[in-house]
Formats: sequence, C-alpha cells, structure tokens
Amino acid sequence: MRIATAMKGLHYVLHAPQGDTYADLLFTMIERNDKRPPVTYTTFQARDLGGDTAELFKNAVRNAYERFQPDAMIVGASCTAELIQDDPGGLARALNLPIPVVALELPAYQRKENWGASETFYQLVRALAGARTPPVGFERHACQPTQRPSCNLLGPTALGFRHRDDVQEIKNLLDRLGVQVKVIAPLGASPSDLARLGEADFNVVLYPEIAMQAARWLERTFKQPFVTTVPIGVGATTDFISEVVRVAGIETAAVASNSSRLSWYSRSVDSTYLTGKRVFVFGDATHAVAAARIAQTELGFKVVGLGTYSREFAREVREAAKLYGVEALITDDYLEVESSVAALQPELVLGTQMERHIAKRLGIPCAVISAPVHVQDFPARYSPQMGFEGANVIFDTFVHPLMMGLEEHLLGLFRDDHEFHDEAAPSHLSATGAAKQVSVPESSQPPMIVLPSSLAAWEAEAERELSKIPFFVRGKARRNTERFAKERGLATITIETLYDAKAHFSR
Amino acid sequence: MNGVPTACAASAADVERVVLRERGQREVFCGLTGIVWLHRKIQDAFFLVVGSRTCAHLIQSAAGVMIFAEPRFATAIIDERDLAGLADANAELDRVVHELLQRRPDIKLLFLVGSCPSEVIKLDLARAAARLSMRLSPRVRVLSYSGSGIETTFTQGEDACLAALVPELPQEGPNSERSLIIVGSLADVVEDQLQRMLRSLGIHPVRYLPPRRAGDLPPVGPRALFLLAQPFLAETARALEERGATRLAAPFPLGVEGTTAWLRAAAAAFGVDAARFEAVTAPARERARKALVPYRNELHGRGIFFFPDSQLEVPLARFVSSELGMKLVEVGTPYLHRAHLAEEMALLPREVLISEGQDVERQIDRCLAASPDLVVCGLGLANPLEAQGFTTKWSIELIFTPIQGYEQAADLAELFARPLLRRTLLVA
Repeated sequence: MRIATAMKGLHYVLHAPQGDTYADLLFTMIERNDKRPPVTYTTFQARDLGGDTAELFKNAVRNAYERFQPDAMIVGASCTAELIQDDPGGLARALNLPIPVVALELPAYQRKENWGASETFYQLVRALAGARTPPVGFERHACQPTQRPSCNLLGPTALGFRHRDDVQEIKNLLDRLGVQVKVIAPLGASPSDLARLGEADFNVVLYPEIAMQAARWLERTFKQPFVTTVPIGVGATTDFISEVVRVAGIETAAVASNSSRLSWYSRSVDSTYLTGKRVFVFGDATHAVAAARIAQTELGFKVVGLGTYSREFAREVREAAKLYGVEALITDDYLEVESSVAALQPELVLGTQMERHIAKRLGIPCAVISAPVHVQDFPARYSPQMGFEGANVIFDTFVHPLMMGLEEHLLGLFRDDHEFHDEAAPSHLSATGAAKQVSVPESSQPPMIVLPSSLAAWEAEAERELSKIPFFVRGKARRNTERFAKERGLATITIETLYDAKAHFSR
Repeated sequence: MNGVPTACAASAADVERVVLRERGQREVFCGLTGIVWLHRKIQDAFFLVVGSRTCAHLIQSAAGVMIFAEPRFATAIIDERDLAGLADANAELDRVVHELLQRRPDIKLLFLVGSCPSEVIKLDLARAAARLSMRLSPRVRVLSYSGSGIETTFTQGEDACLAALVPELPQEGPNSERSLIIVGSLADVVEDQLQRMLRSLGIHPVRYLPPRRAGDLPPVGPRALFLLAQPFLAETARALEERGATRLAAPFPLGVEGTTAWLRAAAAAFGVDAARFEAVTAPARERARKALVPYRNELHGRGIFFFPDSQLEVPLARFVSSELGMKLVEVGTPYLHRAHLAEEMALLPREVLISEGQDVERQIDRCLAASPDLVVCGLGLANPLEAQGFTTKWSIELIFTPIQGYEQAADLAELFARPLLRRTLLVA
C-alpha cells in the first residue's frame, strides 16, 4: 500500500475482510494525505464466505477499473484473504483489462511490511520497465563527458520517515554535482515513469529496504550500476558524493563540499558534554546503521546498543555493530528491546515510535530516527535526514532531548535545589515534560528489571548516598554497584561498597 | 460490490420509511477496535487477540500510540507454523497465556479475542477458553468472543464481548428484589451522574454491564430489568433476555430529550410517580437546555451527513435534528437494529434518507452531490473530504468522549459545532 499510495495513476485492489480498511487512515491521518489511498477493498464478511468471494473480487476489480481509470493495477490478498485462496491474480487476468495488471504474492504469515513494499516495487518495476528490456548482450555506453549524466532515485514511499524531504535534498545535491534526476520512484511516479526507468545512466538506492531488489534487477536487465551509500550524516554524505562521482564519471572539480553545520557544532566547546554519552540505537537497518555512525563518529557519543527489526538486513546491522563492539539486537519483539534498554541504561535512545514509548516509560531521553512513524514524524517544516541539511536536522534531533552541558553540572552540584532536582526535566524543555511522564500509570507494571533475590541488600545509608548521584546516571551506578557486590559475594552494600564499585568501574 | 439499493419498511409502525441498503466496500473498523475502550473500562481484564500481524498493527496503531501505560491487550500472532496444524496453535496459545498471566498477576478476566484469520482457519477459541478456564480457575476466568471484521463492525466488538459475559452473570436469588442493569460501556463520570439521578428517583439496586471490576458482575434473572445505554448491543440484549431479564424500550440517553425519555422508561418500570420524576429531572433538564442554546443558534438549519461508523448514528441524528435544528441529509449506519431503534426512528423526520451498510464510493458521490455543511465520518475519509472543502467531524470522537446524559448534552453539541467554528477562525 505504501507503494501504491506513493504513486500516481496506479490502483490497488485488495481482497480483504471488513476492517482492513483501517489502513487508509494511516495515510490520511498520520501523513495527512489529502486524498484517499488508491485502494479498493473487497471487505468480505462471514456471509460472503459461503458464497462466491471470487465473484466479489472480480466485481471489485471491474468497478475499480471503471471508476478510477488507472494506467495500471495491482491486485493482492490480505492475510485473511490469503487463507481463502481465491487467486486474485488469476481472477484479474480473466477480466482481460486493457492495462497492465500486476498480481502480488505477499505471504503475510511469513514476511513483513518492508519485505512486502520491496516485493511490490520490484514486481511493478519488472512488469512495467520489463517491456522495454534491451536485447541480450546489450552494453551500456559510458557517460560522455559532454553529456549530463542521469540517474533515478529509488525507494521513497508513502508513510516513509522523512522521504518527502530526503528526495528534495538529494535531488538538489545531485543537481549541484551536475547529475540529472530522471525518475523518482515510487514516490510521485506514474506507471509510465516506471516504464522508462531503463533510460537513466545509473540508479541511486536511497532506501535499500524498499529498492535494493528492484535496483539489482535493473542492473541485470539494463546494465545500470547503482549507488548504495545512504547519505545520512556528514561522513555518509561525503561518501555518497564520492560514489556518485565515480559511477557517473564526473570531473571532481564540480564536487559539492561539506556545507553542514553539524561538524562545527560538534566541535564547538559546548558540545563537550556530548562526549561518551551512552546511546542505544534501534530502527530499520538503514536508519539504525546511519544513526550509530553519526552518534559515534560525528557527535562523540558511545554506541552501547544497536539493533533492527529488519531481519532481511540483519547482516549489515551485525557488521555495523562490530564497529562499536556491541552485539546487534535483531528482533521485532518490543519487549525484548525494552528489556535490553532497561539493562543497558543508556543516556539517550534513538529509535522508532515504539522505542519512544519504551524510553518514556524508563525515563530516558529519546529521539525518533526511523519508521514506524507517527503524525509528529511529518513536520510542517523542511526536515530531511539525508544530505548536509539532513545532518543539521539530525544534530538538533539528537542533541535537543539531552540535558545541556552546564545544567548537567549544576544538577550534580546542588542536588537539593528545589528547581534542580531529580524530577526536574531539562529546563529548555517544557515544565510538564519528560520527567513528569516518568510516573508509572496505574495499570502499568514497574519497569521490568527483575532483580534476582541473590542480589546484595542496600544499607539505608548507602541508598541515601546513591540518591545523591544525578538521576540520569543513578541507574548505571546502582547496576554497577550491585554487580560489583555480587561478584564479590557481598551480602550488603555499604557506602564503602558504592565507592569501591565506582573506583572499580571508572578504571 | 453489488451495491443494490432496495427499499424496505423500517418497522411495522413506520411503514413508509425508505432505507437504502448498500453492500459494497465498507470503510469501517472491525470489532477488535472495541478493545481500546473495553480494556480501560474493565480494569482487571486483559484482551488477547489471536490474529495476524495486521491485527496486531491495527491494535497498535489504533491504541498503542494513544496509551502510554503497558496496555492490557496484546496479540498472539498466528504464523505459518500455526497454519500447518491446529494442535500446535493450541499449545502455542496455552504457552502465551501462561507467560502473560505470570507477568500480569493482577489480571482476573482474560478474553481470547477471535480475528478474521482465526475464524477462517476455524480455531476454536471457545473450547480453548474453556480448557484454560478449567486450569486457571478460580484465579482467572477465561472467555472468548470474536472481534473479526468478517463478523463484527466496530462497536459490535463490544456487543460480542458483553454477550460473552452474560452466561457468566450470577443467577439472581429466589427472593431478590427487582433490579436494573444498565448495559453498555459508559464513561465513569457519566455512570456516576446517572447513578445519582436514578438513586434520587428511588430506583435501586442499579448495576452495570460491563462492571468496572470483573468480580462485580450483576446478577440476572426474571426480576432483572435492563436499559441499553448503547444502541449496538443486539446480541447482549438477546442473551440477557434468554436469561429472563426484560429490556425496557427507550431512546438512548443522548441529548436532553433522549436522556429524559431513557430515565422515564426506568421510572415507569419502577413505579416512580410523575411529580417525583419532574422534581428530580427538571433542574438538570433546564440546565442542559440552557447550555444547548448557543450551539443551537450556531447549528440551526445546517445540513449534516453521517457516514456509517458506530451505530450511534440514528440517536445522534435524532439529537442534532430535534434539539439543535440541524437538517439531516443522510444518516448512514453500518447496521440498523429496528427493534432497539424503534423509539429513535419514530422521532426522526419522515423524509430523512437512512442508509444501512455501505458502498463507500457511491456514498461519497452522494455526499459530494448534496454538499452538506458538516460530514460525520471516519478518519480514513476526513482529511480527503476536508481537502475538497468539506467540514468534517471524526466519528470516532463520538465514541471516545463522554456524550451521554444531561451534563454532557452541550459537550455533544460542541463536538458538532467545533469544526464549523474552526473554519470561521482560520483566515490563512
């Protein structure tokens, strides 16, 4: 649906029960689309199951064609319709519509959303661009120096995390490099645009989760090389430029240089307090890997956890995790992510909306870096993640939730100040902000840090001393001290144990 | 997609009313959505959906983003291994339930909620619930119902849930006094107001279904009378009647007139005399009527179009037409329960087009052609209609806001007035 909704002139007929239409509101509400997604649902009900659901589907396809007059159609079955095995592809073919009809087989019980979007895009590209497949043995000519090199931007979809602005930013960047963008797909593309994908000199894969499969096919079929560096962050954008320059065969004189403020802001003394901040990163593979690189090498944070829900890209994330000496967390179970965050006690969480909830529950600052998205992830202002402007946006996004440098010190110095106390939120955030929301609502369980009974008991005095440690490092101090006591078989934790542990772990 | 409009008689007493019946694409929620409010209402209940990733996604996007506490609902996801053999699915379900209850010892009532895929593969959740209940009683009671889209539309999920509770209600004692059960989820604040009003009328005991705690199920039997607080409870009412309880026919407690008629039905059944009824209700009625005046001035004569959503459409239409003077263009409802809505239908203007079911494309065509001043519709349609210049009211807000009773009458009117007022405020 994210593919169909991103495109123009395409209609999707989905064999699905009543209720699945809720998907429409993800687009009309979260992304504030001013049009309904181009999707017709058969909305079959129990009474239809005894009858002819196949006929229902054929009528839906026929009616949708007549009403919307699309240039191409895709047909498929939702999780429930898959079970009743009506074969939407065969049924649609039998109607002999005068437009291309692409049947999708998306096994909902094995695969997940990004795989479905990738497969849908690939099938569409194959069906529409495939009609112009060059003869066997076709060789692409190298770009002529006199000619402007051209490329396609592949991967942006509806409901994508900042795809709208990323596309603009990268288009401008390529323009400065002298590269012409022919087709952007699927976002804003029509079926006829997909048909001419083969005309460009090369492809740029902005979102591998969506477009890698299609790009590989285009490379095989049209001998189009593709650029795989995802330009998120200053370093990655610079790498991206080098790769484009190489693939497009551009004279290096025209290369755009780093115009981002991130590098300078990060070097400015105020940012010293960012040094070594412990960060937990989770998201789709592309954004998680990019965020970890920025956090560690461009902001001077320390990546203590890195993970993704994109199993298809687990290998890439595991490799990135090795760079930071951490074990990659590959899971789609938010409870597993939550217990990992609770155990690591990071000072900042970079994640999806799910991690934002987790961080909120645990009282840890958080910034959102990846889909799944929320209405807040579609800001009115221009705010790309990619390119040099994207790096500026990311600097603000990552740094804003944190306590400012001096404030952190003051909090340590004057612990009992009535304004600078444990529950005080960073003063530049609203008074009703983060700290208030930490309070656990009635129905909720306490954070799931299950302390085994074998742990040492805290003496009251030691507990009081612990409470003097600023709250944002207190969890770590408690954990370290308990580990220290356990390793030494201590039954009680005294003030001395606390400071022994501090000395031990500070080495 | 056989959108065949047929005319039919709405009820024997109302022979001439024409109802447009549609059977095309329905742009509505499935019954799983009811979990969003039911899990807040019954505070020690947990709802475990047995469904696909799509179900989990619906529940997460419909509710997860709104609720920051660890919610008392979850999805046990059916995957390809479960599809291979039913024995596995049952063992898997037992394991999930076991883990869940270990983590949430506060749960007293667990609902296994069926979904489209669980219905289609014929996973017998009733049997699973019985098996688990046997093992877990008396600590936890396990029940099941279906919230699947192939069987339930949006609020019918609550109907299915409450109907599943009815067999669990204790039998009233042999010498028990007459009791009143208010049926249907109401906001706690509304429940408290109605409770005070009924007490002043001398009606007691008054009990609620669903109760706030799973242990407070109201006793039922031939001495029990019940009043529906919501218009979407067909199955629940049938199940209560089977256990001997009697339904008091009444309009629904929306607006001043609806609330008065609803209370009057209870008063009549309990033999409250007219003077006392007048004395108890008059001050609240007067206050509510006064509060409605500015909204009536604002909304009088404006055309309103209801897309089908919650089955609240007919009572809402009666309220906006009778108490606010709005012009009803079309009243769409997913399902028209002719018996439960008989009193409401009698209060609707005769010429109103009522449509039952949906063919969303054709309905949008009718809406565009009629160009009403206000369109009440679901979230999937609202922004696209706004973009075409229509003023819309999200119907889901009518479910998530306390709107019943005297004190909420003006709040209800305000919900319809706000979008129109907002239009006049925005100049850029």
